[in-house]
This record gives sequence, C-alpha cells and structure tokens, in this order.
Amino acid sequence: MAGFTVAVLVKNQFGVLNRVTSMFRRRRFNISYLTVSETESPEYSRITVGSSGSDTEKRQLFDQLYKLPDVCSIKELHDDDSVSYELLLIKVKNDPETRSDVKDAAEAFRAKTVDYTRESVIMQITGSTQRIDAFIDIMRDFTILEICRTGVVSLERGSSTIRKTELEL
Amino acid sequence: MKLSGADIIVRTLIEQGCDVVFGYPGGQIINVYDSLYKYKDELTHVLTAHEQGAAHAADGYARATGKPGVVIATSGPGATNLVTGIATAYLDSVPMVAITGNVFASQLGTDSFQEIDITGITLPITKHNYIVGSVEELADTIREAFKIAVSDRPGPVLIDVPKNIQVARCEYEPQVRVVPDEKNAAKDIRIAEAAKCINEVERPYIYFGGGLISAVAESELTELCEKIDAPVGCSFMGLSGMPTDHPKFLGMQGMHGHYASSMAMHNADCIIALGVRFNDRVTGNRAKFATTAKIVHIDIDGAELSKTVNPAHALRGDLKLTLQKLIPQLEQKNNAEWWETIEELRREEKDTLDNRDGMTPRKAILTLNKHLAPGTPVATDVGQHQMWAAQNLNFKNSRRFISSGGLGTMGFGLGAAIGAQMGSGEHAVLVTGDGSFGMCLNELATAVSQKTPLVILLLNNGVLGMVRQWQTLFFDKHYSNTVLDRKTDFIKLAEAFGAEGERCTTPEELDAALGRAFETKGPYVVECLIDKDEFVLPMLPPGGSMDDIIVKVGD
Repeated sequence: MAGFTVAVLVKNQFGVLNRVTSMFRRRRFNISYLTVSETESPEYSRITVGSSGSDTEKRQLFDQLYKLPDVCSIKELHDDDSVSYELLLIKVKNDPETRSDVKDAAEAFRAKTVDYTRESVIMQITGSTQRIDAFIDIMRDFTILEICRTGVVSLERGSSTIRKTELEL
Repeated sequence: MKLSGADIIVRTLIEQGCDVVFGYPGGQIINVYDSLYKYKDELTHVLTAHEQGAAHAADGYARATGKPGVVIATSGPGATNLVTGIATAYLDSVPMVAITGNVFASQLGTDSFQEIDITGITLPITKHNYIVGSVEELADTIREAFKIAVSDRPGPVLIDVPKNIQVARCEYEPQVRVVPDEKNAAKDIRIAEAAKCINEVERPYIYFGGGLISAVAESELTELCEKIDAPVGCSFMGLSGMPTDHPKFLGMQGMHGHYASSMAMHNADCIIALGVRFNDRVTGNRAKFATTAKIVHIDIDGAELSKTVNPAHALRGDLKLTLQKLIPQLEQKNNAEWWETIEELRREEKDTLDNRDGMTPRKAILTLNKHLAPGTPVATDVGQHQMWAAQNLNFKNSRRFISSGGLGTMGFGLGAAIGAQMGSGEHAVLVTGDGSFGMCLNELATAVSQKTPLVILLLNNGVLGMVRQWQTLFFDKHYSNTVLDRKTDFIKLAEAFGAEGERCTTPEELDAALGRAFETKGPYVVECLIDKDEFVLPMLPPGGSMDDIIVKVGD
C-alpha cells in the first residue's frame, strides 16, 4: 500500500471540492491529506491530495478523477522530481522545567516561535512530512496542547506545469 | 428576444431536439409548466402518476432511441422521487436530462418548504449536475447537460433551477443541437498489440455488453465474429445487440446466463470484451474467473479497464472506431476444433432445457416470442421474470430490450415501457412479475391516459420468486416475507384503471390472449398464473465459479 501524492487542477466552481472528495468517499479511496486553493488563474483551483493503494488502485483513482467534468488535469507528483512542503503549528505547554529542552529541540528543527505566553508556546515549522512527523515525535516528550498542519502542497520541479499534462493510457 | 427562464428551458429543450418530456408539476416548477402550456404544440409533456414513473419513462425512451430522455419535477419530494430513476439510468449508462425546480436562491439553505439539496443527493448517481446561478447561463447549462449526457459513456445529468431563475428574463438566441464530444479510436499501437494477440489464439470468445449498443457497433461485432470465427456471448445489458438467432450467438452469460455461453467463456483462451464492465454477476468468484484466458478489453471508459479484471490488452476508445481499425488487422480464421467444443456445449445446454408441458415460465416467454415484431420493445421489471425473459426472448433489432441491469430496480418496467413505446412508436411489451408490478402499477393510469399500445405480460406466482429461490437454495426454505398471498385481482385492477385484461392458465389461452392484447390500442394486462417454486436456471451461486454452476434442481 504505497502512498502517493496527486495534484488535480479543477474548475474553480461552487462545490467542486465536494464533487472530488465525494468520489473518493464513494469509491472508498483513502485521503491522507488534502489541500485546496485558487491558482494563478481565478478560473482554476488546485487540489493536492495524498492517498495510498496498489498501482491498479492508483490507476483506477486517476481514471475516476479524469471522468469528473470539473477536473481539468491530473498529475502524480513524485518525490524525486517535485518539491513538497507542509506547515505545522504546534502549541506546547510552557513549563519552566522543560522550557530549555523545548527550546533546544525547536532550534535543532529550526522551528520558529510565533506566540509566547506564560502558559504556552506556539511554534511554526515548514518542511517535508517526515521532518514534521519527526518534530511532533520529539515534542511528545513535553505536553502538546494542540496541533494543526496544512497537509502537503507540491509543485513539479523545472518549467513543466500541470496545465500541460494529459492523462495517457 | 427576451424570454423568462421558464420559457428558455422549454425553448432550449425544443432546440436540442427533444420532442417529449415526462414529468409532474408542483409549486417550484409551475413557471416551467406554464411555458409547457404555451409551447405544447412543439413539445409533448406526459404526465405520470408519480415522479419515479416519469424518470423511468424518460429512461425507457432513451434506451429505445439512444436520444437523451428528459424528465421534469418540482423541488423537494418531486426531486427525491426521481432519485431511484436517476440511479437506474446511471448504473446502466443511459443518457438522461433531469430538470428540477427549487426554491428562490435567496431561500436556499434555510430548509424552506419543499427545499431539498438535490444536487447533493444526486452527486454520486449523476455524470454531472448543476444548480443554475443566473438566468443568463441557463440555456448554455442545458446545452452542456445534453452534451455530457450523450458524450463518451452516456449517463444522467441533473439541472436544479431555483424559482427566481425561472422568473427572471434575458435574451435567448436559439442554437443548433449540441454534438457529442469527438470520438476517438484506441491508440494504434494498442490496437496492433491486440490484433497480434487475437491472431495467435485458437479459442477466442467475444463478450459484449451495453457499451456496444451505445457505440452503435452492432455491424462491426458481426463482422468481427465472422472474421475470427468466434462464438459470441453478451452481458445482460448487451441483449438485443446481436440477433438471437445469429449462428455465432450463444446468448447471455453470467449468474443466470446460458450454459454454453458461460462455459465457452470459461474455456476460451482469449476473451474479447467489448463495452462491458465484468460485473460480479458475470464473473462470480473473480479469482477463478477465466483463469486461462487472455483478455482484450475495449471500452470508452478508461476506469472500467482497471476496475475489476486486469486485461492483457486494455484499449480505451470508441468501440465502433476501434473495431473498424482492428478488424482489418485480423486474420480470417477457421477454428473448427473450438467449434466442435461449442457445439458439444450447445447440445449439453439443449439437454438441460426445460421442456415441461403446461404453463411454465419458459413456455410463457416462448409464446410471447411468436407475437413479437422485429421492432417490438420489450421492457421488464426485476426478478425471476426478468431472467426468464432475458434467457428466452428472441431479438432481431438492437435497443429492444429495456431492463434495469445494474441497479436492478423493481418497479422500473411500466414507466420504462411507456417511454420506450413513445420513443419507438411500436406496440410495446412489459414482462413483469406480481412483486415488481405491485411497486409502480400506478403508471397504468398514465398508459390509459396516453392510450399507450402496451401488452403487459404479468407472470403471477404469488411470491417474490427470486428471493424465494435463494431462500430455497441457501436459507433452508425459510420463506421470510416472500410469500405475498395478496388478494389483488389484477384483471379487476386493470379495469379499475380503465385498461383491459384477462387471466390465463395454459399456453394456448396465453397465445390467444396475447393475440387480443396486440390488437388493442391501449394497455392490456395478460395475467399468467405460474407455480411459486419455478426456478431460474442455470444458476451460478453468488461468489461461485463455473465449476459450481447449477443446471437442474432435484425435488
């Protein structure tokens, strides 16, 4: 069950995210992360979604996506030829006993402090999913109050874009 | 010229070649009904007894003609009553355009009277749907809906039109009818690879489905099977795509398919699958399905190529165009040895055929066959009668079997038969059972009002026979809620609706009754009493393989 990331360019219309995720739900494709936003053109939105499955299941997912009239193009983004980032906000308890350890860990991961009170600290970190997972894992030694992460955004390296992609069989 | 949104809906339907719509009025669609009144000379509206019947009628019209069927309903319950009809069309890839009214856009989302989120509800059962945002985009939305409904793999499209859009006015310019998206053959390289594979095999089997009928590729199929000397079978949805008496045709295959057809597929070294989706009712246990065969799968929908079986050769493209390119690359074959096996299978099938005297289901359908013209559309409901019809009906022309295959909708038949009759202009037939007929028999009122020339062959066994069959075989004869034992007098019922009818108990009576029924210019119910313990055979048990096929059941 290999994980993969796919970028989907869709018409920027009311309810389009629902159409796409509804297909995932009814065909029982897993969604591990999902981001959506307007693109360089207001006509289009870009959905970046993580899923998992066999090659056949992946093929099936792409074919089903391709059939939605609002979907303009689809591209799988591989680790080796794309850049992928995620942003994490993490709020931990500001405990005098662990304060310096938290600070050291944050420095090691180059996490930025974006909110600081007597009771809590919010840190921000941007990076690969693995890096963020690793940072959260370290933070579990302290008291995590809450976490929010954006899910992956990803672009292909070089000058080629999703707009020039056509699904081939 | 400036028109109201309601007028634009009707004008655009006419512009798109629509000559009949099925529907039911209501508060949030009343403006469209006012326009239908205004333009009634150009567009016929058929009022049904229930919106579900209207949806099935639009579906039956589309199956019989290949043109999109159009159904109109009001908001709320009118829209939700369409849902089963839309889902039926979706599962069988039938082009349909459904138009629903809705409350004023300003009231959407407030749970107003008869407001329902019908685009949300129908999202998984439509190819696409719309909620119209402004009157200016209304005509183009309808045009796009027609285009989507018929392009590639056909399907239903729903357009939800809030009341304010029906009232608002804007310029309307008639346009020409939309054409489907450009059709393409599969890639040349894929066709060449498939040709090489087919040229090397000795026991080819052609298996076609509803996609062949949608692609109008019936003549290419005949050419193909004659060139490579292959037996042909079809899925339930493929029925009528090839004349039943064609010497290479073995009949339907699958759970209740013909023995020879199913066994031939099982023993083939190559299955050429045309516009099919290898549904579970066809394959049984997928792990044991046609393990020795190479599969060449051609379909317009790429998603079908990767869904259930992994074909050796997957060709995505229009079936007609792809076959036209493929056939010239194939060698003329003579598979004499393979045909010996096939003929042996045919003999075995013949030996197991049910030739009992008396009013057996098979006799009933064979008697019906004598009365069918090449163009007669035969609709069915769902259950045992549907399978007996599928196994034994004789078809000459394509698009003449009107039945709910994918969703298996009991209650589909009567509405669909009315639509198929209107689309084809032929005297139509409905084969139904007492269970299915009981679900939507209110549409008898529609058939009477429309003076629909329709023969209703009602196989009455007093039970829900298909479920009963399973209960007999797999549930220790626990006949839980399948014994109807109702006191309905179907002949009096037909008369109460203003139709005619008669009851028969022997094949001879049936023959005479059908003669009278086909002479009648309106709906005519022929009730045929059959035994409650009749089986549909052969039967491939659910999840079984061809080794588990049941051809006869002892006492």
